[in-house]
Amino acid sequence: MRHETPTRLKTLLYGLLCLLCVPFVFPTWWMVTSSFKPVGEIFAFPPRLLPADWDVSAYGQVFRLQPFAGQYLNSLYIALVVTAGTMAVAAMAGYAFARIRFPGQNVLFVVVLLGLLIPSEVTIVPLFQMFHRLGLTDTHWPLILVPVLGAPSVLATFIMRQFFISLPGELEEAARVDGLGRFGTFYRVALPLARPALGAVAIFTFLHSWNLYLEPIVYLSSPERFTLPQALTQFVDAYGGPMWNVQLAAASMTALPVLVVFVLAQRQFIEGLAHTGLKG
Amino acid sequence: MTGRADVRPVTRGNATGRTGGTGSGRPLWTVRRRDNLVGYLLITPQLLGSVLFVLLPLGLVLWYSLHEWNVLAGTFEFVGTENYDRLLADANLREVLAGTAVFSAGLVVFNLALALLLAILLNQRLRGTTFFRTVFFSPVVVSLVAWTIVWQFLLQDDGGVNGLLGAAGVDGPNWLRGEGTAMSAVIVVQVLKNVGLNMVLFLAALQGVPAQLYEAAALDGAGAWTRFRRITVPLISPTILLTSIITVVGSLQVFAQIAVLTQGGPGMSTTVLVYYLYQQAFQFHHFGYGATLSVLLFAIVALLTVVQWRMRRKWVIDET
Repeated sequence: MRHETPTRLKTLLYGLLCLLCVPFVFPTWWMVTSSFKPVGEIFAFPPRLLPADWDVSAYGQVFRLQPFAGQYLNSLYIALVVTAGTMAVAAMAGYAFARIRFPGQNVLFVVVLLGLLIPSEVTIVPLFQMFHRLGLTDTHWPLILVPVLGAPSVLATFIMRQFFISLPGELEEAARVDGLGRFGTFYRVALPLARPALGAVAIFTFLHSWNLYLEPIVYLSSPERFTLPQALTQFVDAYGGPMWNVQLAAASMTALPVLVVFVLAQRQFIEGLAHTGLKG
Repeated sequence: MTGRADVRPVTRGNATGRTGGTGSGRPLWTVRRRDNLVGYLLITPQLLGSVLFVLLPLGLVLWYSLHEWNVLAGTFEFVGTENYDRLLADANLREVLAGTAVFSAGLVVFNLALALLLAILLNQRLRGTTFFRTVFFSPVVVSLVAWTIVWQFLLQDDGGVNGLLGAAGVDGPNWLRGEGTAMSAVIVVQVLKNVGLNMVLFLAALQGVPAQLYEAAALDGAGAWTRFRRITVPLISPTILLTSIITVVGSLQVFAQIAVLTQGGPGMSTTVLVYYLYQQAFQFHHFGYGATLSVLLFAIVALLTVVQWRMRRKWVIDET
């Protein structure tokens, strides 16, 4: 707290920080390096930080054992559609709740906010039944429609509303004087200003969709429709035991691209996620 | 749109120039009405979604919970409160709820303590803080199942953790198969995954504490611990409450970690409520009882939220 931290204390603090890094960095390191180890080396003792024999065969097996490329595409396109859809839905609703006064507004806002109180696990049984009756199980529709329109997008709407409330009213009056209608004001004036909030919404929505696990395993049954989290757990041998190097290769391919984007844009990620209070 | 006579004449006066063309003294499309329409249109997708995918399922879950419903047998009959009687008599459920309580409590305490420790370390005006912040935050963006699979691998009897312990001369247990160790293992894996979020929230709160307070306290002879207890904790108490709410509610939703790491075992030692719900509904096909467990989960989350918001009046100081 003093302006000059004494050198000995500094060394101690750095030592502590580096030690604390181990459980955060080691798993990712271990995942990537072990995916390049031949089966015989995977549980070698003492553990080796780098493979003695680099072996890329696990990466080939990932694609042979499952339609992994298709599963990757499933996850990617679902996450992108959900992200774009959520941004649109949340920006529109957030703007209306923040800047337009219309009868019944408060009641309707409370109705929408209820979604924040209800964990998606509570409604999974009836939602499964609804989609089952519509013949939409084993399709991607429930994984897209529910997040975009249902409870998961409510947090996004809330964040957008908080942002739009903070916009100065003069901007809109100016837009009005210039002859823009309500919708034009929203689309041409307010929305471009909302980029930071939209960015935060995009980041947490993408990660949420990318990580979804309970919903895919409930709704989907055909391997070619699986999403990544579900596919990762399917690399098992004839006895049901995990094929570690293959599983870790698939896990690496799932985790690393997002991790790279994160490192490149860590400030936007951290601020975006922290300010929106992303849950579990 | 009716009963607001005080507003109408004003808006009509405003609007005549814009609505032009209707000719009559009461134009149909006043600015206010057009605004209302745009407002309703803009909220329609979200509102429709809330009704279809939140309120309707919530109502259905209550309705289903009053029925005996076995999908495999094709039975669906009204049984009144029978499922709730079963809930009260379910010996497994008692074990599940105890496990859930241990899991949530352990998770919150460990998560908040570690998050605060990391935030305090990062708040020491050292160089390279951004690097460490990125490291501690990085698991948040790692795919949840990928993270869990790696830890499953690390925690095998002959896995990386025991390898490291063995290199230090310690004989580690089979973490995921031991009654006592499985729960702790799941908690630690989950905390490491998400502690970065709470850490960042704490860091922002710490940076908002005025430095003069610490200086004045130091002049008065207050030691580091006293300053922490008397200045830091009270001033960041709103953040402590916020993070504890997020973390408790989040802990009740933990599913993938359990499904991948332990499948609720050994025995039922790591079967938390959500996992039990999933088993009953989607593995044993007891949809009626699954719905009843959903109602219980909802009641617990609602109760916790109310309790925590009440607490904030008691022990959180001024939030402005």
